[in-house]
Amino acid sequence: MNVFSDPANVDAYVTGFLWILKLTVAAAVGALVLGVLLAAMRVSPVPVLRGFGTAWVNIFRNTPLTLIIFFCYFGLFTALGFKLSDDINVNNYWLGVVGLSVYTAAFVCEAIRSGINTVPAGQAEAARAVGMSFRQTLTMIVLPQAGRAVVAPLGSIFIALAKNSTIVGTIGLVEASSAMKDLINANGDAVIPIFLVFAGTFALVLIPVGYAFGWLANRLAVKR
Amino acid sequence: MSTEAVLYDHPGPRAKTRNNVLTAIFGVALLALLYWVYAKFDEKHQWDGRFWEPFTQSTTWTQYILPGLAGTLGAAAVAMVLSLLFGLLFSVGRLSDHWWLRVPSGVVVEFFRAVPLLLLMFFIFFGVPFLTQRPMSVFWAVVIGLTLYNGSVLAEAFRAGIRAVPSGQSEAAYAIGMRKNQVMREILIPQAARAMLPVIVSQLVVLVKDTALGYIIAYNELLQLGVNNLGANFGIVVQAAMVAAAIYIVVNASLTALAGWLERRTRRAGRAPRRAATPAGVVEPQG
Repeated sequence: MNVFSDPANVDAYVTGFLWILKLTVAAAVGALVLGVLLAAMRVSPVPVLRGFGTAWVNIFRNTPLTLIIFFCYFGLFTALGFKLSDDINVNNYWLGVVGLSVYTAAFVCEAIRSGINTVPAGQAEAARAVGMSFRQTLTMIVLPQAGRAVVAPLGSIFIALAKNSTIVGTIGLVEASSAMKDLINANGDAVIPIFLVFAGTFALVLIPVGYAFGWLANRLAVKR
Repeated sequence: MSTEAVLYDHPGPRAKTRNNVLTAIFGVALLALLYWVYAKFDEKHQWDGRFWEPFTQSTTWTQYILPGLAGTLGAAAVAMVLSLLFGLLFSVGRLSDHWWLRVPSGVVVEFFRAVPLLLLMFFIFFGVPFLTQRPMSVFWAVVIGLTLYNGSVLAEAFRAGIRAVPSGQSEAAYAIGMRKNQVMREILIPQAARAMLPVIVSQLVVLVKDTALGYIIAYNELLQLGVNNLGANFGIVVQAAMVAAAIYIVVNASLTALAGWLERRTRRAGRAPRRAATPAGVVEPQG
């Protein structure tokens, strides 16, 4: 473990994972907001909005994230001059957040939509039969039940998002995976410890988070 | 649409008028949005014919896009076969009665599911040559990375599928004197495989998308040849990215449609175990 006695290498490790954390948090917020909006569109009675939501999901879910991030940089930034900050790192960071958000939003949308679909139609029909308004039906009957069914898929979506944020390394942000690549190339004699530290950090954080989401989903599940 | 039935009552005359008004308003708003996007591209002259002209030449297709697509599909196909083997091996390992098989299988599957695929590919491509003192072929770096990750995801899917086979099936098999090995091979796996077929095909979509990571370590797939090289040679990155995205979407949408068809088919024939619904989160949105 001599590699990590050098403060510069420890610094690369910390900076790399800080980028991952920042990317994950910002993109999770973006994807959640966009995804809820898209889900609302997809279940709305307005055909135009339904079509827009469906098109978004089919386009972004079927395109590789690497291509989306690539396009954010070479398309939006280089070709179209879409600039988010003067600092090159911050600019790449926000371009990465945009790419991760639009991609993940498609999955969030589908998770929420299928969550709403798990609520039996009889629930809403019964609510309307006792005279509840649309707002009451939505907030008191449908969403509380749908929310519980959404926990598990949202959990795996956010875990995947944390892993996917490494792809922003493609456009020059030195996040964890790029930091590992540089360390490996500089320290060919310590390849295994370097890999174990970087991969182990992901595993140590993400495996417990996965189990926590699973436990939560199980606890909240509607028993039918 | 089933969602409509849950959230909205069947529209009466007033709701119908309201929906029509909303359709008109949002229709105009969406057209405005699309026009804005179009205008932004137009500002930089991205719709000019000269940017699209290379796509009318056959060499663009024979030298860049088609070899790229072949690289993508080739890596995905080889990785799929290997992932299936890996998944089968480790799902059975995780269901074993012996702790010395069950625990290591579980550790391997959980580990590779939690590590980002890109990190894995970097390790295989840049790290392993230091250990073996031999250069790593970029194709195998991509395929091995894809296999370890997707194989682990499939292992979890298979495990869920095998456990979803009604317990009466294995009990009956044991009762007529089958051995553990026979029960697994002849009773459980064939039934689970049928139920898991749609999941397997959906995982292929993830595989096809993940081959794009090969671009980062310079594997000649669609993103590398069809977008990066083509875009750089003709100065048409935006257009090349759009064409490549369209190709990915067509390939993946067909695979998704195939998965849906398989699912309807198995469900209709009633051959699949009833509870073998796709376990939540099996098909993860990996890049």
